[in-house]
Amino acid sequence: MRHSLIVILIAAAAACSRDRAAAPATAGFSGTAERHYGLGRTATAEEIAARDIDVAPDGEGLPAGSGSAALGAELFQQKCSMCHGPKGQGMPPAFPQLIGRDPRAEGFKFASDFKLQHTIGNYWPQATTVFDYVRRAMPLLQPGSLTNNEVYSLTAFLLASNEVIPMTATLDSASLVQVKMPYAGRFVPDNRRGGNEVK
Amino acid sequence: MPMPTIRKPTSPDGPAGRADAPATSDETLSRRDLLAGAAGAIGVAVAAGLPMVAGGQGAKPAVPALPLVPVDPTKVPGRPTSPVGSRSTFVTPSRTPTGETVGNSLTPLQDLTGTITPADLHFERHHAGVPFIDPARHTLLIHGLVATPLMLTVDEVRRFPPVTRTFFLECSGNGRTAYREPKPDMTPQKVGGLFSNTEWTGVPLKVLLEEAGAKPTAAWFLAEGGDACVLTRSIPIAKALDDALVVWAQNGEPLRPEQGFPLRLLLPGWEGNTSVKWLRRLELGMRPWMTRWETSKYTDPLPDGTARQFSFEQDAKSIITAPAFPQVLGKGWWPVSGLAWTGRGRVTKVEVSTDGGRSWHEAELTPTTGVKAPVRFTLPWQWDGKEALLLSRATDDTGYVQPTRAELLKVRGIGTDFHFNPIVGWKVAADGKVTFHGET
Repeated sequence: MRHSLIVILIAAAAACSRDRAAAPATAGFSGTAERHYGLGRTATAEEIAARDIDVAPDGEGLPAGSGSAALGAELFQQKCSMCHGPKGQGMPPAFPQLIGRDPRAEGFKFASDFKLQHTIGNYWPQATTVFDYVRRAMPLLQPGSLTNNEVYSLTAFLLASNEVIPMTATLDSASLVQVKMPYAGRFVPDNRRGGNEVK
Repeated sequence: MPMPTIRKPTSPDGPAGRADAPATSDETLSRRDLLAGAAGAIGVAVAAGLPMVAGGQGAKPAVPALPLVPVDPTKVPGRPTSPVGSRSTFVTPSRTPTGETVGNSLTPLQDLTGTITPADLHFERHHAGVPFIDPARHTLLIHGLVATPLMLTVDEVRRFPPVTRTFFLECSGNGRTAYREPKPDMTPQKVGGLFSNTEWTGVPLKVLLEEAGAKPTAAWFLAEGGDACVLTRSIPIAKALDDALVVWAQNGEPLRPEQGFPLRLLLPGWEGNTSVKWLRRLELGMRPWMTRWETSKYTDPLPDGTARQFSFEQDAKSIITAPAFPQVLGKGWWPVSGLAWTGRGRVTKVEVSTDGGRSWHEAELTPTTGVKAPVRFTLPWQWDGKEALLLSRATDDTGYVQPTRAELLKVRGIGTDFHFNPIVGWKVAADGKVTFHGET
């Protein structure tokens, strides 16, 4: 993962350097604590904690707590099924399919057939993204209403019903980071650079 | 739709009758009838997908002259001043709302000229509805790899030295339907309406990050919106050092709620989703966060079984906005006009073909100075009444030439999910009917 990120970084920097050539030269950031305009105020630790709910693939930001796929199955019926369907079949595109692994969509053949549904099991590269997204955005009509334990439970259920982990699994911060997604290795950096080549 | 009668002046030189006076004789219709007739005429025209501006289409006007219009406007006092201007009754451009919280609404490219998109017609794309935000309570938090975590009010953001610059925004899903399933009855709006262009006012992001004491070790930042999905995207710090802005104004007035009021990120030339609206948080870090919108969505499956990720730049693209479906042409001169843009810099050339690509003619570009801003291209064309196929092809300053759909299908496949920039155009039949042509 680290290696591929470095490649992405180099690619992004290269892409931007072309733009910089036409713009005034810019330097990197200095990291100085000296304020130039003096606008705004120092944010408190509490203010930062209240907003900083993001979770990264290395586990940074994952909260304490845990939840089981079994409990997640019950929560899914209570809080998710009205939009995504009792069997998680979804109503694409507004409400994506969440449960199941369509054999036709295995092997990452999405480019050849746009009717194949991208799902957690057959597409998503990181398991931590499930936790982060459910916690920040779901349920649609009551976003941000789930407890951390509920989010762990739903994450476990969604991963289990996508055949990524066993339905007997319980997830916490340590175990979620260890989950390997089936098609994580398929994601590659942007290699488009303009010029006389169509990519 | 019969032409409603308008009451005539009582005498040629006397005071003109008020167009909105109550009906008093057979000569006039009631105001209610007139308004109903006008609404009906507009409704019929919209339902039929007809152009809303009569005249200049080479065919019968799509909308009959509307009621309440004096026969001679020079013989009637006009209406008084008003607090907010409105479009002429005859001009009714519209986005395409779906009524869904999760969805999009397209800019009516065929109704616009020049390059600037009126703010109320800027396309919409949001993932959890348009939030209702009190600017007095909205704040922007900058934290992470900074010397001083900063909390800024909207008023404070506006006190940094402002810059005003014109940049386009394009959703990277723009053109998906026209690419996958092109149909003859698609309008420019349907083909490419997730594209708009705006004069933005804001502050360079690097100024805000420098004020917080951004550390040289920061390699990425996370931008977070204050909508109901708290949308997040990871952005390489190089974009902050380059041309990224935090903007609060759109064409001279505060942002519209649909465009991010009161603050949004604006990343010139990059896929629209990265220009996070309702911006409330920027966190500086060492690596991307792999949010839902940069993994599950906004990644591009390719035929080799991989998916392109962090595919930020919008490729060079063009679209003819007139003539276009559902126009019907008559013989004679027609300007072939449209928009062209590139997320990588400047459009250097737009070529137009009227014979399906056998020959190409360089169109005139106005303006020619924009970076990551569109140009309007125009080629005068005389239609001789024979079948024609109008195409446009943009070239940018990296030397990139807009490809055909066949070329894109080869390298990206029919199921690729974002970034669609094929050459497209319009067939003109011998009877003058214009239809969309996407299979280039």
